[in-house]
Amino acid sequence: MMENNLFNFELVSPEQKLISETAYQVSIPGEEGDVGVRAGHMALVMSVRPGVVEVIRTEGGEKEKIFIAGGFADISQTNCTVLAEEAVPLSALKAEALQNELTRLNEDMGFAESAEEKTRLTKRITIVSAMLSAVKAA
Amino acid sequence: MPSLRDYRDRIASVKSTRKITSAMKMVAASKLKKAQEAAEASQPYARAMAGMIARVAAGVKGDAGPKLLVGTGADQRHILVVVSADRGLCGGFNSNLVRYTRNEVRRLKADGKDVKIICVGRKARDVLKREFAPLIIETITGLGGKSKLGFAEAQKVSDLVLDLFNRGEFDVCSLVYNQFVSVLTQKPSTQQLIPFVVASNENQDVASAPYSFEPEEDVILADLLPKNIGVQIFRALLDSAAGEQAARMTAMDNATRNAGDMIKNLSIKYNRARQAYITKELIEIISGAEAV
Repeated sequence: MMENNLFNFELVSPEQKLISETAYQVSIPGEEGDVGVRAGHMALVMSVRPGVVEVIRTEGGEKEKIFIAGGFADISQTNCTVLAEEAVPLSALKAEALQNELTRLNEDMGFAESAEEKTRLTKRITIVSAMLSAVKAA
Repeated sequence: MPSLRDYRDRIASVKSTRKITSAMKMVAASKLKKAQEAAEASQPYARAMAGMIARVAAGVKGDAGPKLLVGTGADQRHILVVVSADRGLCGGFNSNLVRYTRNEVRRLKADGKDVKIICVGRKARDVLKREFAPLIIETITGLGGKSKLGFAEAQKVSDLVLDLFNRGEFDVCSLVYNQFVSVLTQKPSTQQLIPFVVASNENQDVASAPYSFEPEEDVILADLLPKNIGVQIFRALLDSAAGEQAARMTAMDNATRNAGDMIKNLSIKYNRARQAYITKELIEIISGAEAV
């Protein structure tokens, strides 16, 4: 029997399952505001914007920060599943590299001709700038 | 009767073929392992996605949902997305799929439907275009290639499908691909993508749990459904990639074994011919000596 203040937390991306274990608290950047989840949360399905998911595995434990590039979350009393399109531990991101990528993307944007190319770039730019601000805030 | 030299050359050539097939078998075996792992790793996401859609869809009433869920209301224009391999030498992998697709297209046409085909992978296109050239609207090749098959590549295919759908070019979209059953069996199968089919067994536990949604159901659905198509295509691509390697491994294993048998047979023939030649020479020498 699981301790009643913990719940199952899963973080999956299309390519692999990243985390699957019990957690005490998880905060998720929802489309309409951040949501903190603990065991016994009401059942909820929501959209997630690009941002940082914070996982606390045990009561009073350390925060583990993971950047996700948007997706969905499926929350029930005992389970919380986050479907992320892309997920990277925040510590693996470097501000400088991101800044460079952002400049490059902006340059590409100037040359982009087709609408398709532009939407792709815009999407990427949103994600990279979200990454950047997340790294700076940390 | 072939000369000794012919036999020798033949044996040498079969030996080098065997070397190639056995190398290909080993390469396929190691790729298969990776492909299978990738296919398995994608399962949790696909499953969670399907469950979530079923849950959200249960909250949408009647025909109010987005078109990707309820369809366009017609069943006239079909699109088949055919996923095959880019390369051959993998036994019946591609030809089985092509045969299956051909039957499917004929069946739909017999019902008076319009059919269009999107080919993913070179092999299916090469064969299908003989009979259905005017139906093929797009071909996507080189997916996966040398590097690992990423989600972004499935996204490319799904973007194409969604774009066509949004322009109202078709009513029903199905995926045709080789389902990975086991290393020895890959089964050509069809999966309907648009409109979305809610699996019936998931319906039951859905009804019992009252869920809230943020934002509204239809907003989430409008976001989820296109993504789900990408996920389903990704899963099919991975399944097909694993199946391709498995089929290649089996085919090359057979080829290697056949080459071994052939070498054995040829060696026996070669030895017999050589013995016959030696005997003939001896007889000539002896009868020559006797004549003196």
